[in-house]
Amino acid sequence: MKYCLIIGAGSDIAKATAAKFAAAGYNLHLASRNLEDLKKTASDLAIRHGIKAEALFLDVLQYETHPGFFAALDPKPDVVIAAAGLLGDQFAAEKDPAHARLIMETNYVGVISILSESANHFEARGSGSIIGISSVAGERGRKKNYFYGSAKAGFTAFLSGLRQRMNGKGVFIMSVQPGFVRTKMLDGVETPAPLTATPDQVAQQIFTAWKKRKPVIFTPPYWRLIMGVMKLFPEKVFQKLNF
Amino acid sequence: MSRTRLSNWGRFPVVETELIDLYDENRAREVVLGSGSLIARGLGRCYGDSSLGEKVISTLPYKRFLTFDPETGALTCEAGVSFAEILEVFVPKGWFLPVTPGTKFITVGGAIASDVHGKNHHKEGSFGNHVSRMKILLASGEVVVCTPETHSDLFFATIGGMGLTGIILEAGFRLKKIETSFISQKIKPAENLEQVMAFFEQSKNFTYSVAWIDCLARGASLGKSILYLGEHAAQEEIADTPFGDKPLFYHGKGLLGVPFDFPSGSLNSLTVRMFNGMYYSMNKMKSDGPVHLDPFFYPLDAIGNWNRIYGKKGFLQYQFVLPLEKSHTGMTEVLQAIAKEGRGSFLAVLKLFGKQDSLISFPIEGYTLALDFPIMPGLMKFLNKLDEIVLKYEGRFYFTKDSRLKPENFRPGYPRLDEFLAIKRKYDPENIFSSTQSKRLGLT
Repeated sequence: MKYCLIIGAGSDIAKATAAKFAAAGYNLHLASRNLEDLKKTASDLAIRHGIKAEALFLDVLQYETHPGFFAALDPKPDVVIAAAGLLGDQFAAEKDPAHARLIMETNYVGVISILSESANHFEARGSGSIIGISSVAGERGRKKNYFYGSAKAGFTAFLSGLRQRMNGKGVFIMSVQPGFVRTKMLDGVETPAPLTATPDQVAQQIFTAWKKRKPVIFTPPYWRLIMGVMKLFPEKVFQKLNF
Repeated sequence: MSRTRLSNWGRFPVVETELIDLYDENRAREVVLGSGSLIARGLGRCYGDSSLGEKVISTLPYKRFLTFDPETGALTCEAGVSFAEILEVFVPKGWFLPVTPGTKFITVGGAIASDVHGKNHHKEGSFGNHVSRMKILLASGEVVVCTPETHSDLFFATIGGMGLTGIILEAGFRLKKIETSFISQKIKPAENLEQVMAFFEQSKNFTYSVAWIDCLARGASLGKSILYLGEHAAQEEIADTPFGDKPLFYHGKGLLGVPFDFPSGSLNSLTVRMFNGMYYSMNKMKSDGPVHLDPFFYPLDAIGNWNRIYGKKGFLQYQFVLPLEKSHTGMTEVLQAIAKEGRGSFLAVLKLFGKQDSLISFPIEGYTLALDFPIMPGLMKFLNKLDEIVLKYEGRFYFTKDSRLKPENFRPGYPRLDEFLAIKRKYDPENIFSSTQSKRLGLT
């Protein structure tokens, strides 16, 4: 029986993606800080899909616990999905270095710390998949969310480098760049309705792309075009834009 | 959180509201404590304004199965879980809903708030009858677990309480063991109201019974109808069908969908008459035997947005129940009024309820009739006339279907309303939980 480890399993994209793997018969290790809530998600997925699902405590910021956490997983996962993330409050982060660090560490340093454990394990055994949920916000820094965006840019770059390292070693690394998704992360944030996807749509796309071994996806796919255009603006023009 | 224009299944009325998603208990608590007026909403399949209001909290993201005991069928889940999901997950395991209305696109929270009934009411009661436990978020921000023993007043007021006691977060109830996903159906055409009522009386031992009435039949044929009876089929009953080797087959999908709004007014008395005539003769010929539970319980769910056939103006559903001893005279008068007016009801469903004595749940022992009317000039005046007939026979109206009743017409049918309101005041003294409907009816 194959296992899938989900880091940051409390997120809505993570839950929806976990459901796709569970429907395909994967057992689940679900990891996040909110163990009480995560147990409910584990029960739900186990009941719906007739698989085993276990809730595990993991704080991506407690780096020293990461080697032990991964070592204790039994059996070891075949797929690792990194979905832990913190949008944070851009305005607060500008004034408060501690909040800024929290955003950057959660989305970048913390996620990478636990992923590195998985990557080394997969490399040694010559198989496995890592799916990193990054963000379109990492494609170009904007004043509305550049602490979050810059951390996601770093995460995207990490996944790209890891993919080169794992080339030919039987380990598949996938980057996912979601746009606006109707999740609790964006609860209270106004997003343009036609550009806002549901977690289930995103999860289905991730699962299909994973099966087809697509290394980088934008979800929904039109975000590749939007971000492509956004990257074309010369800096002198871009700096004056207000979006 | 966003301002949006919202309506329920009848597409009337449309209310501008602030729609908030329920993601977790803490967030819900913040919303409740910061609200002047709030109502919970699931899939919006009530027909009128029961789940509309100034602020609406959607339970749809809150939809996890929490525990299931494969020995007893006891299930607990969050309030946003839909009946459709329960069927998809549990029918293949050999379990069915204890009670289901004519659509599976409702949530568990909504089913409790409306205390929905089904074709088995005369034997197994309403949905609330099968609920053993609820977790409710109160106006004070406190989350309490209630059962028939603890906080029992809250428990019984929440069943059928139209969301006015608090937000149902979780519920526990028992599923029903089934051998197959098929129903052994018996069809009995009845020439008139007398005959169909006699059939209902004779068929009390059947688990499921419902009749479809041709509302436009008059004179000696008044109340001409088809009675559907059903039992869960045992494995040997479907052995000779193509499903003999997959007795718990469940598909659940396959919505056709109505992709556009029909021009308002395309359902006139002529088209309804044609439809009714066709339906009656088609079913008269249909033979008895096993049918899959999906078309048996949810014939209209197969057509996705069937409410769109009524056009943009929407439609009203009108459902009432008359006490048993007054049912025959009362129904006759209602059917005569409808036939005389020539107002087609696309769907007219007659059902005999068993005994029930809840605070403000809809069912009482007697016959209930559910009618659909497209919104057209003169309809309100006509329905006011029907109201008078229903009141004359001491009938009561169904909150979940209502969008137009006046307080004075609705109150007489609910003698235990004050008892309910006292409990409501105890748990929600400031009327935080209120809907467009509860305000219209003067409940909050």
